[in-house]
Amino acid sequence: MIKTDVIIIGAGPVGLFAVHQLGIKGLKAAVIDNLDKAGGQCIELYPDKPIYDIPAVPECTGEELTNRLLEQIKPFKTNFYFNERVNEINQNKDNWLVQTSKNNKFEAPNIIIAGGVGSFEPRRITLKEAEKFEGKSLFYSVKSKEEFKGKNVSIFGGGDSALDWALELSKISKVTLIHRRNEFRGASHTLSEIKKLSKEGKLSIKTPCQLVSIEGNKDISEIKIKYDDDKTEKIKTDNILSFFGLIMKLGPIIEWGLGMDKKHISVNPNNFETNKKGIFAIGDICTYPGKLKLILSGFHEAALASVECFKRARPNEKYRFEFTTSSKTIKERLGKK
Amino acid sequence: MPKITYIDNEGTSRTVEVEKGLSVMEGAIQHNIPGIDADCGGSMACATCHVYVEEKWLDKIPQAEEAEVDMIDMSFEPKKNSRLSCQLIVSDEIDGLVVTTPEKQS
Repeated sequence: MIKTDVIIIGAGPVGLFAVHQLGIKGLKAAVIDNLDKAGGQCIELYPDKPIYDIPAVPECTGEELTNRLLEQIKPFKTNFYFNERVNEINQNKDNWLVQTSKNNKFEAPNIIIAGGVGSFEPRRITLKEAEKFEGKSLFYSVKSKEEFKGKNVSIFGGGDSALDWALELSKISKVTLIHRRNEFRGASHTLSEIKKLSKEGKLSIKTPCQLVSIEGNKDISEIKIKYDDDKTEKIKTDNILSFFGLIMKLGPIIEWGLGMDKKHISVNPNNFETNKKGIFAIGDICTYPGKLKLILSGFHEAALASVECFKRARPNEKYRFEFTTSSKTIKERLGKK
Repeated sequence: MPKITYIDNEGTSRTVEVEKGLSVMEGAIQHNIPGIDADCGGSMACATCHVYVEEKWLDKIPQAEEAEVDMIDMSFEPKKNSRLSCQLIVSDEIDGLVVTTPEKQS
């Protein structure tokens, strides 16, 4: 059992800033995220895209913003639990118990849900027959490329993941790269290498076409694709790799008995508490009158929620509002003299 | 106010008035039109407000930017008339626009 003051679900920008706001108040947090690293949507959806509306930061990318937030919370030596999804929340008197997909157990008086729009999952192929091959001969990520040695591999997608793996696997497999339009959106140097390989006959590119069926009993034997002009083609295939990006699924959050408004958690805008005492929701996942899904709004929500968390975690202490510029205690917590 | 028609994949048609300047996605959300999720809130980051635009409107609406087309790659069953409804801004020019929502968004 890991005991802490606040369990933060979600390591996106808002979850990270919550660590800061709690930290300067002397509260410890444990952060859990389903992804393998911090950053949330900023890292998964737009690591290279510029953001222009972070106060006092005229321009930064999703990755830069994440790195700066991580730098800012360094003094608090926070424990992160990545690749774990929170499955269950239970009450134990004044405390909350959290259990993750890795069976880690946490206990704290407060939970802050900063879960964006839920956890990220690969966007799956929608054909019915895709399911029975998933994890056996159809994959949404590559764990070990050795599995594909000497195989006929059909790769779907037009972004960096599809292009990178097409290039990499073309060295050891017979690769067909299939995309719904002629333009690819991955890095241009990777694309030119792939086009070169295609000219040399070392890799095959099929565009503009989409998958219509997968044939095979236990293993995949061939696939059928359809071009924009309705012409179809069969391709001998042992493995399918599909890279259609990630989707966000709310997941188990809906089962926690929280007041919901569609896919969002309703909160009290004074302290961002949900209908359950000690459970807060901040950032994109929360809703209240006038809610804006902006990173800066999430930062404000983190600050206010942290005050209520303090009151619950330190019931015998009086909360004192302080500025970081002038508070000796805060400076000590930040490791500044 | 311009009228926008949303048809779901079972053929049920809903026509609503949407304020000029709002997006076709926002119009759907305001009127509780099913079939448009808009998880990212209109920042072109999720492809869950994907719609099929009725053919005759295709040359009347501004063409998709590259970033939108990139995002449509990720959508459920993209077609030639696929657009993200968060990028279609309602104006008098598109009064009467008809869009169909896909079977699902993700």
